[in-house]
Amino acid sequence: MGVEPGRLHFSWISSAESTKFVDVATKVIEEVRALGPAGQLAKTKAQVA
Amino acid sequence: MSDYTQKIRETAKKLLSEGKVDAVIGYREGTLPLMAEPCLVKDPEKVDQLVFNSFCGVNLANYLPKRKDRVAVVAKGCDSRNIALHIVENQVDRERLFVIGAPCTRMVDRRKVAAAVGGREISGVSEQDGKLTVSGPGYEQTVDKKDVLQDNCSICIHRNPVLADEMLGEKLPEQEADRYADVREVEAMSPEERFAHFKDLFSECIRCYACRNACPLCYCPTCFVDESKPQWVGKSIDPTDTMTFHFLRAFHCAGRCTDCGACERACPVGIKVRQLTRKLEKDCLGLFDWEAGMNPDVRPPLDTWRPEDPEEFIK
Repeated sequence: MGVEPGRLHFSWISSAESTKFVDVATKVIEEVRALGPAGQLAKTKAQVA
Repeated sequence: MSDYTQKIRETAKKLLSEGKVDAVIGYREGTLPLMAEPCLVKDPEKVDQLVFNSFCGVNLANYLPKRKDRVAVVAKGCDSRNIALHIVENQVDRERLFVIGAPCTRMVDRRKVAAAVGGREISGVSEQDGKLTVSGPGYEQTVDKKDVLQDNCSICIHRNPVLADEMLGEKLPEQEADRYADVREVEAMSPEERFAHFKDLFSECIRCYACRNACPLCYCPTCFVDESKPQWVGKSIDPTDTMTFHFLRAFHCAGRCTDCGACERACPVGIKVRQLTRKLEKDCLGLFDWEAGMNPDVRPPLDTWRPEDPEEFIK
């Protein structure tokens, strides 16, 4: 449906794999930060209020 | 089709007078031409209002969940698949249901008929041998039924009921059809183009929820759009809210939609909502070799896990 590539991530992480969770979360944050603010399916504060 | 009408009346009368069911759910003539409406008959003396024609597009499976009585229901191919889904999803007790199966000769889109007669007022319509004779003030025009079929009916490949306690006629030959030509077009777009395409597609939406209400799959006690604590989705016609509603509604139908066309038929502004559900249908067919509602004894793919399920998208 045209969601920007790179904003959606899937991963299997067991509750025993805490380090994998940290790694994946860090990587996702880095990739999404690099994309900048969402331009789609997002409302500004003024629109919400 | 009029022989279906006769048989439905006979069957309804028999079932009601023998006390086998408490009610029969079928169609009767609507208050306007081209608009057959759902009808619930409890009195065997009143079965003569029941009809079956090319305007019975409403999916009667929508009226079955939460019923406590024993009912008989008229079911076309798609309706019967939705009944099968209701059985799988424990919404309907097969023991209390009598299915009157109607091998479907496909339904007509009233908007296409209106366009074919140039938007003139329609006061009556009759059908014979694949032709519709439409009449109105000062005119009469004959239209080929195959030119005014509902979009979903023109690409239907399951017109025969998958389950029935009584059939109204012989099984009809299934047609071959390329079901996903327009879905492939959307798939070929870039993400930006696709987003713009859907933004445009839903720009006319007035959030009346007719698509949801007509859909037999939408039987949740409280729909996510009506929740206020928490409010999952904004209630305005802001494009973000509207698209969120449509995307989420479609995903709730993944692996369940039978492409009965009820949503598109109900839409007062003519939005092609089936574009979303058909993409999901195409994916379910490709990924899981699954068509919804074909067998009341098989659990759907999104309800089961198999080691060979595709998972390339998971990192």
